[in-house]
Amino acid sequence: MTTATATSHDDHHHGPEKGIMRWVKTTNHKDIGTLYLWFAFAMLLVGGAMAMGIRMELLQPGMQVMDPHFFNQLTTMHGLIMVFGAIMPAMVGLGNWLIPMMVGAPDMALPRMNNWSFWILPFAGGILMSTFFMDGGAPAFGWTFYAPLSTTFAPDSTDFFIFAVHLLGFSSIMGAINIIATVINMRAPEMKLMDMPLFVWTWLITSFLLIGAMPVLAGAVTMMLTDRNFGTAFFDATGGGDPVMFQHIFWFFGHPEVYIMILPAFGIISHIIPTFSRKPLFGYSSMVYATASIAFLSYIVWAHHMFLTGMPVAGELYFMYATMMIAVPTGVKVFNWVSTMWKGSMTFETPMLWALSFVILFTIGGFSGLMLGIAPADIQYHDTYFVVAHFHYVLVTGALWAIIAATLYWLPKWTGKMYNESLAKVHFWWAVISVNVLFFPQHFLGLAGMPRRIPDYSLQFADFNLISSLGGFAFGASFILLAYIVVDCIRNGKPVDARPWDGAKGLEWTLSAKADYHTFNTPPSRELIENESQHS
Amino acid sequence: MSAQEYYIPNGTYWPIVGSVGVSTLFVGFANQMHGASWGGSVMAIGFAILVFMMFGWFGQVVNESVNGNYNNQVDRSFRWGMSWFIFSEVMFFAAFFGALFYARQLSVPWLGGADNNLFTPELWNGFSATWQQVAMNTPAAISQAGMEYSVPVKLVDTWGLPALNTLLLLLSGVTLTFAHHALREGKRNQIVGWLVATIVLGVLFLGFQIAEYGHAYHDGLKLTSGIYGSTFYMLTGFHGFHVTVGAIMLTVILYRVQKGHFSADSHFGFEGVAWYWHFVDVVWLGLFVFVYWV
Repeated sequence: MTTATATSHDDHHHGPEKGIMRWVKTTNHKDIGTLYLWFAFAMLLVGGAMAMGIRMELLQPGMQVMDPHFFNQLTTMHGLIMVFGAIMPAMVGLGNWLIPMMVGAPDMALPRMNNWSFWILPFAGGILMSTFFMDGGAPAFGWTFYAPLSTTFAPDSTDFFIFAVHLLGFSSIMGAINIIATVINMRAPEMKLMDMPLFVWTWLITSFLLIGAMPVLAGAVTMMLTDRNFGTAFFDATGGGDPVMFQHIFWFFGHPEVYIMILPAFGIISHIIPTFSRKPLFGYSSMVYATASIAFLSYIVWAHHMFLTGMPVAGELYFMYATMMIAVPTGVKVFNWVSTMWKGSMTFETPMLWALSFVILFTIGGFSGLMLGIAPADIQYHDTYFVVAHFHYVLVTGALWAIIAATLYWLPKWTGKMYNESLAKVHFWWAVISVNVLFFPQHFLGLAGMPRRIPDYSLQFADFNLISSLGGFAFGASFILLAYIVVDCIRNGKPVDARPWDGAKGLEWTLSAKADYHTFNTPPSRELIENESQHS
Repeated sequence: MSAQEYYIPNGTYWPIVGSVGVSTLFVGFANQMHGASWGGSVMAIGFAILVFMMFGWFGQVVNESVNGNYNNQVDRSFRWGMSWFIFSEVMFFAAFFGALFYARQLSVPWLGGADNNLFTPELWNGFSATWQQVAMNTPAAISQAGMEYSVPVKLVDTWGLPALNTLLLLLSGVTLTFAHHALREGKRNQIVGWLVATIVLGVLFLGFQIAEYGHAYHDGLKLTSGIYGSTFYMLTGFHGFHVTVGAIMLTVILYRVQKGHFSADSHFGFEGVAWYWHFVDVVWLGLFVFVYWV
């Protein structure tokens, strides 16, 4: 153990390099976290611009501004970019920034690989976006790229999309391996597993989901590639394959994927609510077990996305009941958050507002998910705007809400400065009202039978679509204000103390106001870990 | 445990080189498939960049390891990293095994009218859903890639070359374990001997696998032979690719053994490759049972 320090000793204590090469060559978890977060924000704006196009087209019945094929490209690329370019990288970015500090480690376990996890992303994103400029346009078969739409009937650019997915998968797998190695091996020696903050726990469990699910996605797109180019018959009934098999393989990845996006969000909320309630997290260990249960269940419920494919009835029943079971651990979490607030000395700084609205709005999304999980009822909801409303409530007012909450909550630690609280409150109310104007009417549209992924619609859907589109434009514009708030904090924010939030606990708050470039070169003591733990 | 310094590497430009390499490779590949004459050359350039990156990156890690920069903690991080990388590979193969099981147990029987699929015999009169002939007996069934499906005359043989290959791979797992024991006892000549034996067995396996492909192809089993040909060649092909990579890694390890890079109690490079080799071995057992046998 002692030989390691000899040659590396000099490198530990100086700051970052100068210039652009700092960012290209960096092995520092904070730099890489920052890269991830800015990349995710850029992709959020790109994907958001596509959403604006979609809502523009759907403003009124009849064709408005684009041809239907381009509309399909927009819905497809909006979904892919938001899932793989915005939400997932943002969560990995937060993990990079926070996990080493939260477990008292100096950096990620495999820092060079960490660099590669990030620096594959711009290349993958570039290849994906380049499909817009190819003959036949970008992929237009929906983000779920069902065969045969994505095989027999897809443009040539689909092969570029396939390779982009491969690259995104490499990135996610490397990121997940790194987080597992960090949490298990770099954790402060005095920190037991059940001392770990919930964000660390949720990310550890998410990493197992990534390692189990992303290779299956790689397998699915590889089969697509050979079906498209080399004459295999995986998804072609003429050759004895089955297009429904594509859906099975895709959703075996796809269902864990939705928990990949939401579990770290659960972790974030489990930090913010105790802080602003000035109480320890209620039911710490049940939170851990609930997270693990959700992760396990997420692997065995995939076909609830496929109730209308003509599965055997036994299959429908199994997948319905298994899906219902997820409500139990999720309910445990929601009740724990509410119990944490019970009789707490609550204050409502902006991160808390985001966290509170997360609990309410995510729960709405969870309940609509339960409705969709009921096999006979799903016959009515399937592929309607009800589904669109459901997954936007869990991904926008769930995952994205937690990302924004986390950004505001830990921004003082990243920058040593405080954002403008009153502007942030304006932004919160702007976003939370407009997002409901945007997505809530879509429930009604779906129940009334409006199908998703269609650029035109019947006249009776006109009013709710108009309301939804107006809400959409307002919500989209709110992100300009968010960008301003963050940049303004970095440039002009007022300096803060090391622990800017009254009730905040966690090792990261024991560092200097702006966390140093290298932190925890020596592991924290048992006493410190106990003082900062989330236990009651 | 006393307070200690952790090892943190300096900045590195190998990852960005790798990103450029792998992107070049993929863009070349996609264009090659779309008929661009320059696609193959771009692929080759991308591959060369990747190889350059691997030499550079792994070389740097080997140098740091030989110079004693790494402590036990770094060693453990490598172990966790390699284990979960192998697990991700397992899941990649699981996708293809899943496709095999689904097709054999569900979709092919359904095509043949199983589970009261009353109309199948009416619509596809004379179609028999046997595993090797699922490419429709209708004339000129065209695949999605625009190729005609071909029907093999028989299933691949189980107890000839595939059984021999099973024996060879299992044996190579044993010889590799002997090499590991020799390494732990510090007997360099024995390590080299057992490692060479392992590599020879691996190469023999690959040779027989190519011969086996020849037989299968001769019997009309092609990648375009419907779901049977698809699952057969994709599963065994990816496995063969992994054996090739494993054999190359073992060769590198052989070189490193001769350079004296490993000691009796510190040889993660050796162990990581050994794990990988055993993983490839286990995948083959799955293939032998489910692709060749049952």
